Amino acid sequence: MANERVVGIDLGTTNSLVAFMEGETPIVIPGEDGSNLLPSVVALDEKGPLLVGNAARQYLIETADRAVYSIKRLMGRGIEDIQEELKLFPFRLAEDLQPGEVLRIRLGDKTFTPPEISAFILRQLKRNAERYFSGPVTQAVITVPAYFNDAQRQATKDAGRIAGLEVLRLVNEPTAAALAYGLDKKKSGIVAVYDLGGGTFDISILRLHDGIFEVIATNGDTHLGGDDIDNLLITIALHDIQGDLGVDVRRNAEAVQAIRKAVIEAKIHLSVHTSAMLDVELPGGKRYEREITRAQYEELIQPVLDRTVGPCKQAMKDANLTPDQIDEVVLVGGSTRIPKVRALVEQFFQRQPHTGLNPDEVVALGAAVQANILSGRSEATENMLLLDVTPLSLGIEALGGVVAKIIHRNSTIPASATEHFTTGVEGQTNVAIHVLQGERELAQDCRSLARFDLKGIPPMPAGLPRIEVKFLIDANGILHVSAREQRSGKEAEIAVQPSYGLTDEQVESMILESFDYAEEDFRQRQIIEARNEAGTILAALEKGRKGAAWDTLTSGERKQIGQLEKALLAVNDGDDYQAIRQAIDALNQGTMRLAELMMDGAVATALKGKTMEQADLGEGPAAPHPVAKAEFE
Amino acid sequence: MNLRMAQNQTKSGVSLIMPGQVTQACWSCGSMRAAHFCSACGKVQPPVPADYFLFFGLPRKLNLDVAALEKEFYELSRHLHPDSHAKTDPQEQEWSLQKSSQLNDAYRTLKDPIARTEYLLKLEGVPLKEQSKQASEQARATGTLKQQVVPPDLLEEVFELNLQLEELRTSEKTGASDPDLVQELEKHKAHFEERYEALLRELSKHWDHWDALLTRQQQGHAVSNEDRVKLRNKMVDLLNRRSYVRNLLRDVSEALEG
Repeated sequence: MANERVVGIDLGTTNSLVAFMEGETPIVIPGEDGSNLLPSVVALDEKGPLLVGNAARQYLIETADRAVYSIKRLMGRGIEDIQEELKLFPFRLAEDLQPGEVLRIRLGDKTFTPPEISAFILRQLKRNAERYFSGPVTQAVITVPAYFNDAQRQATKDAGRIAGLEVLRLVNEPTAAALAYGLDKKKSGIVAVYDLGGGTFDISILRLHDGIFEVIATNGDTHLGGDDIDNLLITIALHDIQGDLGVDVRRNAEAVQAIRKAVIEAKIHLSVHTSAMLDVELPGGKRYEREITRAQYEELIQPVLDRTVGPCKQAMKDANLTPDQIDEVVLVGGSTRIPKVRALVEQFFQRQPHTGLNPDEVVALGAAVQANILSGRSEATENMLLLDVTPLSLGIEALGGVVAKIIHRNSTIPASATEHFTTGVEGQTNVAIHVLQGERELAQDCRSLARFDLKGIPPMPAGLPRIEVKFLIDANGILHVSAREQRSGKEAEIAVQPSYGLTDEQVESMILESFDYAEEDFRQRQIIEARNEAGTILAALEKGRKGAAWDTLTSGERKQIGQLEKALLAVNDGDDYQAIRQAIDALNQGTMRLAELMMDGAVATALKGKTMEQADLGEGPAAPHPVAKAEFE
Repeated sequence: MNLRMAQNQTKSGVSLIMPGQVTQACWSCGSMRAAHFCSACGKVQPPVPADYFLFFGLPRKLNLDVAALEKEFYELSRHLHPDSHAKTDPQEQEWSLQKSSQLNDAYRTLKDPIARTEYLLKLEGVPLKEQSKQASEQARATGTLKQQVVPPDLLEEVFELNLQLEELRTSEKTGASDPDLVQELEKHKAHFEERYEALLRELSKHWDHWDALLTRQQQGHAVSNEDRVKLRNKMVDLLNRRSYVRNLLRDVSEALEG
């Protein structure tokens, strides 16, 4: 492929961004609406089109069952993990969901897995980047919360594949932020990155020296963020509404979304002002109003903020550091705009946090830096090297349901461990292995990653086979397993059944299904482009009519042009882009002579065979956007 | 007996590589870099089975210049890390993944003196008794007796300590605090901390012995197998005591923190 651009993507709970390193500086690529942030909201219109971002946000309030937000909370999770989320978020699960199956979310009458929904967001970002570059984008670096486990990482990688992106690397969000922060190579010292986003919290401690970004320790909570603050405020509002107005709107999804929108606005307002007004119009004409003071708000959210302290303490303990050894604290994530969060960080680390970076954009910018490193580096990244760690210990279930840890948390990745297994019964040809992730001692308290059978062990007396199993965590934090029976030298076959996650076949079929949407997108885009082109030629014709050339045409020619113009206008507002194109071509043909006449004689000869559109030498209305033609396989 | 050790270079500069032995290290300076990546084009070389010492071109000595090790780790990381080979062919990407995981595993083990010692003993074929927290948790969970021998000289004190710990936990459950008991435990804790430090000091003396033995052997002196075994066993014993005392300290700290 001639084009090797690698973009950096921050696939966030609330907002997503795509960035690229332009020369020596990372920049965020804006969407069509000019905004750098793409709300991570997906909606499926009744008529079929799939909408992402601001366009989808409106559906949350109008037809809530057709829209979904905060899908990141469900990535790589099983139904038993999300009981708490279901109480607080309007996720509509498919009714026929089987235990152990990957979740499916209802959007209207269709269902999608979380990776597929994330893929819709990714595809929109991909399109934004393609428009920006006027060329295809097929490779990306995607950021994930540092504390994401193997299943959550794998789900993110799957989402990339479904969206038609080769994910060259998953980078931890706080690490990406550090990359953007420390792009200036002179930076050195110990840096703590406190990342409180929409749905996840991470704390990472890094050592920066000679261009090396070495993560010493990381910790976090993949279900802690601004969403939790919103939910607290929503709960209060719902309670008020029931108590004061006597209306129970808890089951009214649209009303809840209207309240959610209002509390988010109030939350943002409270970061700057000392009080905010909640003002929501309810179905049935009633109105809910309430003032919240900063003091009330801070008291309310304190328990949420306190939950970040434990991970901070643990990370410092694991890094074997005390707060006074930290040189700089970097704040990341929209929730760090809350003054109380800043106060908490300042108190914990005993220093003023660095606030020079845009907390919404810094992760995407760092992803762009990493993308640049992977695509062969530039002057600014020449000496940069990122050494990240695995956030959770990896273990295997041993006798009595106990977890034997084989790779400890905060080990630099890639990391590996080799374990030996044997049989317990004569002639046994299978050995079952259960792989887990987590810090707890018992398998039941850890996260099950996969169960697999070592098959095809040559029959031998019990205890004689010596099966070597190699566990390897790659630079994305994703586990790979391989096995070999050492006495016979035979490669043991491994069928890894992920405990939560899509199989390769499922991902493949989703890629195929996603083409349906790609086709729909393609169609929509063709319509827009054809209409733009029609606008150009119609404007040029209008101008031609006013010029002298028009009068030199025969009345027959003028009549024919008029008919062709009418024909184009008739189809221009329709959805059939091919009809629009045909009408454009016909009009172009019909106005060929007019175009020639519009030129002066000498130029006219040179331009022979040019069309109306091309004859309009740049004076006509500019196209609304320099829209790049889509390049679909 | 341990031929592999002879692959490594001695300080005096005399290479002990024997004919027919395969080594990837430079015969002159002992550097393993040539085995890891091409000095001309930077391409990652295929992984070779190497123990952690050999990976860094180091002799199996227990005293180690950690600053030099760290420097070499960063240098090798720059060459071997997958980030530097993201756009190369899949084969080299795979080798880069294997090599850099080997590098990280080796560095993690060797930079920590205790892990280094345990690893060396494992290479020497000595089985280490599982003394970790994991083993105690397993014992607790399954109700089986932990395979752990209390060092006889500690027996009496450990017995008393365990009684007090039990007492503290019971009194905490009822909400009552017993300052005398806490003070008593603090005293024990301080005492075990001293012990712990003493064990480390003793262990480090044995590192010196081991390294001296190795040097003698490399200089061509005969080293009796008996001496090696004795030294190994002593280190195993010290490691076991150390982890035993460490676990005790952890239990006491946890109990005191409530």
